[in-house]
Amino acid sequence: MHLGVSESMRECEYSQISTRSSTPMETPYKKRTPKMRKWESFPGRNKFYCNGRIMMAKQTGVFYLTLVLILVTCGLFFTFDCPFLALELTPVIPVIGGVLFLFVLGTLLRTSFSDPGVLPRATPDEAADLERQIDVANGSTGYRPPPRTKEVVINGQTVKLKYCFTCKIFRPPRASHCSLCDNCVERFDHHCPWVGNCVGRRNYRFFYMFILSLSFLTIFIFAFVITHVILRSHRSGFLNALKDSPASVLEVVVCFFSVWSIVGLSGFHTYLISSNQTTNEDIKGSWSSKRGKDNYNPYSHGNIFTNCCAALCGPLPPSLIDRRGFIQSDTPQLAPPTNGITMYGATQSQQSHMCDQDQCIQSTKFVLQAAATPLLQQQSSQPVILTASPENGGSLPGRTSLTLGGPCTSLPLGQPTPPTSTPSLSCHEATDMLPIHGHSHTHNHSHPHQEPVAHHHFLTPEEVPSPPGMLPCGSPLGHSHTMQAGFYNPASQDSLHEDSVRGLVKLSSV
Amino acid sequence: MRAAAIGKTFTMAETHSLQDLQQPAVSSKVFVQRDYSSGTISKFQTKFPSELESRLDKQQFEETIQTLNNLYAEAEKLGAESYLEGCLACLTAYTIFLCMETHYEKVLKKIARYIKDQNEKIYAPRGLLLTDPIERGLRVVEITIFEDRSIGSGR
Repeated sequence: MHLGVSESMRECEYSQISTRSSTPMETPYKKRTPKMRKWESFPGRNKFYCNGRIMMAKQTGVFYLTLVLILVTCGLFFTFDCPFLALELTPVIPVIGGVLFLFVLGTLLRTSFSDPGVLPRATPDEAADLERQIDVANGSTGYRPPPRTKEVVINGQTVKLKYCFTCKIFRPPRASHCSLCDNCVERFDHHCPWVGNCVGRRNYRFFYMFILSLSFLTIFIFAFVITHVILRSHRSGFLNALKDSPASVLEVVVCFFSVWSIVGLSGFHTYLISSNQTTNEDIKGSWSSKRGKDNYNPYSHGNIFTNCCAALCGPLPPSLIDRRGFIQSDTPQLAPPTNGITMYGATQSQQSHMCDQDQCIQSTKFVLQAAATPLLQQQSSQPVILTASPENGGSLPGRTSLTLGGPCTSLPLGQPTPPTSTPSLSCHEATDMLPIHGHSHTHNHSHPHQEPVAHHHFLTPEEVPSPPGMLPCGSPLGHSHTMQAGFYNPASQDSLHEDSVRGLVKLSSV
Repeated sequence: MRAAAIGKTFTMAETHSLQDLQQPAVSSKVFVQRDYSSGTISKFQTKFPSELESRLDKQQFEETIQTLNNLYAEAEKLGAESYLEGCLACLTAYTIFLCMETHYEKVLKKIARYIKDQNEKIYAPRGLLLTDPIERGLRVVEITIFEDRSIGSGR
């Protein structure tokens, strides 16, 4: 029966979910060759340039401001002040200035363009396995979500590992989820808008060297511009000096304001490095002695020198996200392949997100046709996981949200559904669909109703969540807490619900 | 029961259509999680998963994981060599990595070879497959358990 059903699915031109295919899913509307690089379907909110070599946050406006400020100030310095200073004092000054400038630029670009240490999201199998373990550990699948923390003892200190609902992993110690970039980052320090990227394990040393060298450069320029003006005013008076070299005024102003902030920041980070803490930990006071007499930093190596060496000269781990690798169709998935899930699980390639009214209607028909078959029994061992939306809309990290894997919403798995909510599977447009996928949705466990809503918007590959995506809630229900497929208890499900869900899951591949 | 049987058949059929008929079907996957008791270093738990009891010796499993842990420790070790490399890299503005690999990358290659070797010698003959943790973002060691071939052929 299933095969018959899947045959009818094929007739509906779901060419991208052909179960015979082992190549990445192709959209029927784009005639691209299937070889896509992984960065093109990266679930986080990052921008990639140079075919995946460069990785930045989404908002880069302030980074360009930083760049402009540095370039303009240094440009003015070299053009107007250096000739005078080179003649009057020594030509070493522009040389040192040049070296500092290049170093600052190099470290800035390195900080901005590199992967801060993003943790790739869990594969569906991993997420399912974790869910199972958590359920087993907690025993019940009641309405209240089990607390998602694990405790671990590191060097005598108890550290809580939190579960990230977006990435579906237990975050390693010191990792944190950046809500702006929508990624979990290892040894997360902070998200720096000036640099246009998160600062984490892999680029912290570049960030530190950037602010340190920028402090030196700022002080250097400030000092020598002042010297320049003073020397000139000895010759021709203060006002004439200013008239002869108007750029100096601008430079002094910029440097004056920069010095306070940059030097202060460098000092702060020097302290952090020597005590092996992150900005995050310092702000929260995680290892402060104020919290308790026995509270100490378990990651510190004991002495300042070792801490500094470890932070600045330690081994640099490679990027875990393999941006430039090609997307392969995976080895066979465990989930019984309702077509959408299989392909979704098989690749993270771009899904076609176009929802045709026809396809929606046909899927709906299919769902209703399949009403008698409790196929989802098999799925319970490998539930369709509700993954988080790729964009949390800047909202709270670590919250669940439903993905916008496809155009039509579905009833989330794992929620006992009142029968009345199932039927309305008609597709109708939601004007606010796009913003919705930026939200996290709550699921009140007492009544999970959703009005399935379809929309005709496309989602870019970057917005595609990690598979398998469940479909979004029709109505935004505010911020979510946790809503996990872990609640999925097939035994308690209405079989119609199961099938409608299954059918709607297929739609997620559309 | 019937549903499970149907589901299972469906799995057989569908996974079959996904791959060549020669390949065995995947039965389940076991995930060996990270062990954070020593801090943030890459280390995996050596606890023997119950699903592998029928297929593998506890000792072999522990040995594999322990070797992996040692290799990762070597990659992340803070010592004279890594400091030297770090300083040299800084002095050359990291351009040196255009020509040579970092120590970490060298060890990762070593790990990949080790895993391949282990798969060939120990795991594949038992119908298991180790996945290199780097492909899973160093989160887990994924062990795929394949079904016995006798079941997985034909619709």
